Amino acid sequence: MTPQAEMVHWWFATGFLMLGLLLLAEVVVGSDVWNRRPWRRYLWPGLVFLLGILMWPVMTFYTNSTIHMLAHGSWAQALMLAGAAELGLARGKLHSQYWRLCTAVGLAVSGGAFLIHEQQHWLFSRAAFLHHTLGWLLIASSIFPLLQAFRPRSLTAATGFATTFLVVAILLYCDRDTAAIFGHLSQYAGPPHR
Amino acid sequence: MSAELVTELQAKERGASRAATRRIRIVLALGPLTALIGLAWALIQPYRLTLLHPHGLGFWWLFSEPPLYVVLVGVLFRLLIAPGLVKDLEE
Repeated sequence: MTPQAEMVHWWFATGFLMLGLLLLAEVVVGSDVWNRRPWRRYLWPGLVFLLGILMWPVMTFYTNSTIHMLAHGSWAQALMLAGAAELGLARGKLHSQYWRLCTAVGLAVSGGAFLIHEQQHWLFSRAAFLHHTLGWLLIASSIFPLLQAFRPRSLTAATGFATTFLVVAILLYCDRDTAAIFGHLSQYAGPPHR
Repeated sequence: MSAELVTELQAKERGASRAATRRIRIVLALGPLTALIGLAWALIQPYRLTLLHPHGLGFWWLFSEPPLYVVLVGVLFRLLIAPGLVKDLEE
């Protein structure tokens, strides 16, 4: 038996929380200190790549419509592309800073995937509200890696990028399969639970 | 070397040292703070911890303990990531 969708959201939230903490720590100590140990360079790009891989089972087991399959599939590919580009940069195989644009694309596609596969309106249920919020948040946040591609040392961009994942984690932890949002729950959503 | 230059260098060193100390404190606080947030969540919403009322629940519900996940991330960060960062900052 497959776990409920909300549980999958919580697991991904845990991955994004760790990702956010790693990125925040890099901002605090600075890139020079962070890159002093080779294994640390691969930590967060590796985690992004892993999250991309883990999206494939989500696509396989949680496909209840074509749009779900397309959204989760494109999302998996975008995360893997972003992770792979960052891993290439960390390893030194890729040199151009513009490879960071892959991360911007990854965030934008992730946001798009959230919005595309949410068929209901904002106040249909908590899950619908969170999907809309996460979608727009990720699309707006793609500005941070975009900035980093042109200004790699920008503290604002790095902090914004790290904070994005912490906020994403919080929102994903808030997800419930059927629960009210601001007192609203559509009668078509099903019986609510905590 | 003039006394003025030495004083200036010492002031710069003190400033760098203060910044490093501040960074060390933040890095050391990140993990425990995260764990504390998870703990607070568990106290505010104890029903999220299905292990406290496990009767009739399947494997996935008992495996899914989001507040404990948050605590776990905080603990892992503090034990695996923070010590190396602090050591590198001290150097």
